[in-house]
Amino acid sequence: MLPIGNYLFLSFTLFTIGVIGVLTRRNVIVMLMSIELILNAVNINLVAFSRYWGTVDGQVFAIFIITDAAAEAAVGLGIILAFFRNRQTVLADEMDMLRW
Amino acid sequence: MNHLIPTAIQQYVLPVLYGIVIVAILPLLAGYIVLMERKVMADMQARLGPMRVGPHGLLQPIADALKLLIKEDIIPEHADRFMFWMAPVLSVGMALLAYAAIPFGPVFQVADLNVGLLFILAVSSLGIYGIVLGGWASNSHYSLLGALRSAAQLVSYETAAGLGLVSALIWAGSLSMKSIVEAQYDRGDWFIAYVPVGFFIYLVGSIAETNRAPFDLPEAESELVAGYMTEYSGFRWALYFLGEYANMMVVASIATTLFLGGWLRPFVRYHDHFPGTSVELLDIVPSLIFLFAAAYCLRLVPRQPVKIQRMVMAAVAGLCLVLSGVMAAALLASPGVMAGIHGAFWFLAKVFAYIYGFLWFRFTFPRYRFDQLMRLGWRFLIPLSLVNVIATAVAVVVSEEWGLHPLASALIMQVLTLGVALWLAGRGEEPAAREPQVAEGD
Amino acid sequence: MLNAFLFYFFAILAVGSAILMVTRRNIVHAAVFLITALLATAGIFLLLQAEFLFVTQIILYVGGIMVLFVFVIMLVNLDVSLQLVQFSRQRYVAVALAVVLAVQVLGAFWVGRTSVGAGPAQAIEAKNTEAVGQALFQHYLLPFEIASILLLVAMVGAVVMGKRRI
Repeated sequence: MLPIGNYLFLSFTLFTIGVIGVLTRRNVIVMLMSIELILNAVNINLVAFSRYWGTVDGQVFAIFIITDAAAEAAVGLGIILAFFRNRQTVLADEMDMLRW
Repeated sequence: MNHLIPTAIQQYVLPVLYGIVIVAILPLLAGYIVLMERKVMADMQARLGPMRVGPHGLLQPIADALKLLIKEDIIPEHADRFMFWMAPVLSVGMALLAYAAIPFGPVFQVADLNVGLLFILAVSSLGIYGIVLGGWASNSHYSLLGALRSAAQLVSYETAAGLGLVSALIWAGSLSMKSIVEAQYDRGDWFIAYVPVGFFIYLVGSIAETNRAPFDLPEAESELVAGYMTEYSGFRWALYFLGEYANMMVVASIATTLFLGGWLRPFVRYHDHFPGTSVELLDIVPSLIFLFAAAYCLRLVPRQPVKIQRMVMAAVAGLCLVLSGVMAAALLASPGVMAGIHGAFWFLAKVFAYIYGFLWFRFTFPRYRFDQLMRLGWRFLIPLSLVNVIATAVAVVVSEEWGLHPLASALIMQVLTLGVALWLAGRGEEPAAREPQVAEGD
Repeated sequence: MLNAFLFYFFAILAVGSAILMVTRRNIVHAAVFLITALLATAGIFLLLQAEFLFVTQIILYVGGIMVLFVFVIMLVNLDVSLQLVQFSRQRYVAVALAVVLAVQVLGAFWVGRTSVGAGPAQAIEAKNTEAVGQALFQHYLLPFEIASILLLVAMVGAVVMGKRRI
């Protein structure tokens, strides 16, 4: 196995790119996709440590994270669809008034 | 493992060799399954099918492939070029990649993964992108709607088919495809005897997974032109078509490995020998089958109207005789060689029987409407597959803890599952929303 | 040797796809690049000998969640969105904050740099799936049950959000 530092650095890089994606894009769907990227970076971190210590706890935690990501993506996309039907937009800047 | 071949070659060269054989032969096989389908369709419709190109139409797939290769390559104007190119490649690529984990015999397997079955399921779910991206990249409404419908159908039936497989996995105890077949050898029966309802669920799920009739609404001729394949012509369409038939073979291979015993012959544990030799009685069945086929072809020779058809029929009879000889000769060779050759024969026989079932269903059942299709997947198959998994788990525990014979406990629980299935199937569609009751005299 | 080559291959694929995903104008292209990033992550899992997680990632994430994303992208497909400004007005402040966060994390790595090496030499478990299954159903049974309730809640929520008239 490679030194764990390699995997941690990869995880950190993906995490930073995901954070930049969430904070800078206007399109809400791309923001959701960047959040999925952040969750994956965390998964890599967990699995690397799980291999380092020789247990499976990290992998089980990663499975739970994947499950939660699925639930969150489903509900989030449902909200985006409902909003799109009302306002015809998916840009975060334009989602500023709840009722007009 | 064979001790005559050095380990380095075994580890690196053999898998590559198997891979090359699979990738070279599979498209040809898929082409001939198309011909088989046309012949079977013709037979069920009381006609002859392709007869012109080559004797009995045997060169038809080659003629089709040549025609599609030399057709003009049309790309719609505002289509996304890269994805338009990539979508059929993805579809075919995933179908071929799934073959990396399927065992054709005790030795013939590219890679015996610990999670082989899940790997094949994962690769099949990647094939959905070939359809969705193809439909989107065509920049046409019909294509997009057809692609979304097809992808929704695939995703719905993937769950049910996977749960149907889980019921066989509970009896097998491992995800490695080779271990599953060896578990069937240890138990002495194919798993279809233990979980027939699971086999039925997987059968229906696999028909929907490959977009075959009666679940072929997304690509039927009278609906949405041709669905996601509308804008594809020439060799790109041929790749999609090839991907569909390769997918059919993958699905048939999975069903064969899980439920029909893989490379094992029927009655594996029946070891009675011929007196004086070490040849088992049931092992001469392959040779006998080919002998009967040869005899049938020879009987048909005088009835052919044209001389070349007579010659071809005689050649087929000769080929069957040669194969019968090969099967018989394998009995006298080393056990490894015999297991390999007979294993391949039984595996291919079962795969073709399963595919013949697909062809039969196509020309027998009318097509499902899309809402009926989704209703069947979500409100019948998924609840039934969940109940089946629970029932199978109970059967395994009962047979291991209380010592009941596994087959008996399995069949009792399967009968109960069948009862649940009949109840689910009898529920029918939801009644239409009632009108608000208006009081009399208004 | 092969391990290092595969790691760098998957790592460069993952990081490259992530950068491309965050910068694409066309949302469908961004989704495809996220798919390749997720596949590269699955490859990393396989390198770390987490074979069950490798197939789970592909079946659930790439074959389930991303299909959902692609569906929604195609349903809210606005041709005019290709000409609009892609990055919000706060982009410079956001990048600056992300750089601050990155420096903090790198600082944490620097402080702990001596305590992470190749790890204690562990025997490779031959049955990763079995081990994960046993952990999931013995130690982590309660989180497992809560996760299933979470999925039920999410399913109900998604169905309700998708209806036109509740």
